[in-house]
Amino acid sequence: MKISRRQFIATSGLASLGLMLDKPAKALAKADLPQKRPLVGKRWAMVVDLKKCHEQENCTKCIEACHHEHNVPDFDNPKDEIKWVWKEGFEHAFHEQDNPFLNEELKHSPTLLMCNHCDEPPCTHVCPTKATWKREEDGIVMMDWHRCIGCRYCVAACPYGSRSFNYRDPRPFISESEFNQDYPTRMRGVVEKCTFCEERLAKGELPACVEACEAHALVFGDLEDPNSEIRHILEERFTIRRKPALGTQPEVYYIV
Amino acid sequence: MIEKALQGNRTYWTWIGALLAVMIIGGLFYLKQFNEGLTITGLSRDVTWGFYIAQFTFMVGVAASAVMVVLPYYLHNYKAFGKLTILGEFIAIASVIVCMGFIFVDMGQPFRILNVFLHPSPQSLMFWDTVVVFGYLMLNVVISRVTFSAERKGIAPPKWIKPIIYLSIPWAVSIHTVTAFLYSGLAARPFWMTAILGPRFLATAFAAGPALLILIALWMRRNTNFDAGHDAIHKLGIIVTYAMSVNVFFITVEVFTAVYSGIPEHISHFKLLYTGLEGNNTLVPWMWGSSLFAIISLVLLINPKTRSKDKILAFSSVLVFLSIWMDKGLGMVVAGFVPSPVGKVVHYSPTLPEVMISLAVYSAGILIVTILYKVALSVRESIS
Repeated sequence: MKISRRQFIATSGLASLGLMLDKPAKALAKADLPQKRPLVGKRWAMVVDLKKCHEQENCTKCIEACHHEHNVPDFDNPKDEIKWVWKEGFEHAFHEQDNPFLNEELKHSPTLLMCNHCDEPPCTHVCPTKATWKREEDGIVMMDWHRCIGCRYCVAACPYGSRSFNYRDPRPFISESEFNQDYPTRMRGVVEKCTFCEERLAKGELPACVEACEAHALVFGDLEDPNSEIRHILEERFTIRRKPALGTQPEVYYIV
Repeated sequence: MIEKALQGNRTYWTWIGALLAVMIIGGLFYLKQFNEGLTITGLSRDVTWGFYIAQFTFMVGVAASAVMVVLPYYLHNYKAFGKLTILGEFIAIASVIVCMGFIFVDMGQPFRILNVFLHPSPQSLMFWDTVVVFGYLMLNVVISRVTFSAERKGIAPPKWIKPIIYLSIPWAVSIHTVTAFLYSGLAARPFWMTAILGPRFLATAFAAGPALLILIALWMRRNTNFDAGHDAIHKLGIIVTYAMSVNVFFITVEVFTAVYSGIPEHISHFKLLYTGLEGNNTLVPWMWGSSLFAIISLVLLINPKTRSKDKILAFSSVLVFLSIWMDKGLGMVVAGFVPSPVGKVVHYSPTLPEVMISLAVYSAGILIVTILYKVALSVRESIS
């Protein structure tokens, strides 16, 4: 059989295409079958008591603790900024709650924001490489910085602005005194965010921000445990969540 | 066949040389971006997609528009488009490659891009977009290759190609629909979360793509031996007229819904584009420019007396193309991010490196289309 050059190129091109399509085809075959695991019965959540938080004027201990713990760089410019936990004016954090006669104290008091670790996280749904996902056993929205391709679709999909992209190499912007040897640094070109300190939970420690808050304005706990402090607070106090209408079921609750 | 691309006159080689020069300069800027990161672009924490992704979106439309010559020819047996189909398919091929280029330069970790295939995620629209855009490239490569080989040999194309051509028609619609879904499925971005985004993308595609084809066909008629035919070119003009009218209608519908309902979350994005928001008004002249071009082009196109003149048709086509590019190639993407989910108004404009890298990607596409057209023209010359 004689094969012309053109036929050869075309055939080998098709063959390599076939190889590339193998994985997606398998995934498609599996797509409709959710991989169910037994429910572990754990759901991490956070309560932020804004009143207690506001009493500590200009306190940034939780932010500092978090950013130190996780080697978050400080670029000193808002364009490239990376933030895991930060403060935003109440009228920004809670658009829909804003009104012209809003309680003065609340209006001008910054509100602590972080990843909401949604039950229905839009960010994980859109990720084209499964580099971010909701951990089934405890509901934490995780990140794999080695898999992330830096497409920033998750940033576009997050209704809370909780995700930051490494526009430049973060390593030179972590001061040596601040450097935490026990936590990885990131590289340029990947997305990062709050992880509810899953690495600390694994060691039996509370999240860094919760531990750093002397006012006890942050309460972290398991919603599936009816006797947990967080459940008692949610039962007794009136709490609100950010953009509840979107159906994302955020797991950070605010006492105003 | 490809050797035909290596024989050309002085103008041809100057043109190729110029394209390569732009690619090299842009390539150097890309090296800078590769080493320093996307920080050298105008993108920021709040505006995370910009010029690159907007160009990608625009060019998916241009790619899809090949269907506007394929459909009348193959489904309605509209013979006048016979000579044009191959040009449309070649534009589609080059456009898809340009799209891939823009995705590549936009990635934070470009060498990990194959993770999309290694860890396929059917719940992500980006996965589907990759699949349909790549599939569309394959379809057009196969179709243009088979039909053109047959033409060269002076025989009818094999029968098995027909179903593939028919498949390429809904496939073209799908690539731009899925690209629209990429945006319109995001609850976080009220500006994009509108059912009309998909239809609007298609309308803009079917206006901008054929407008480009008109310009190319007119240029070829004047400067080469290839004549697509007066009828075919002016039929394309009618397609552009309808598609552009529908597009302007869709924009009106969109603006009405936002403005009349008055929901601040929806209206604020339109304010950014058309009136300025919290002192940020750089996009305002840009968007009104786009609107102005749209109106002038429609006035000239709807009137058959003006539309039937080659020069006015060409001028209108330029306006249509620019109008849509200004909207889809920048405004549409940026407005989705501003104001941000926490209501911040952040300024974005592309930087010099960003523009140069984009020009390089476009040059690569133009180079591909030049080579493909050169081959097609040479082969056709040798036939006749």
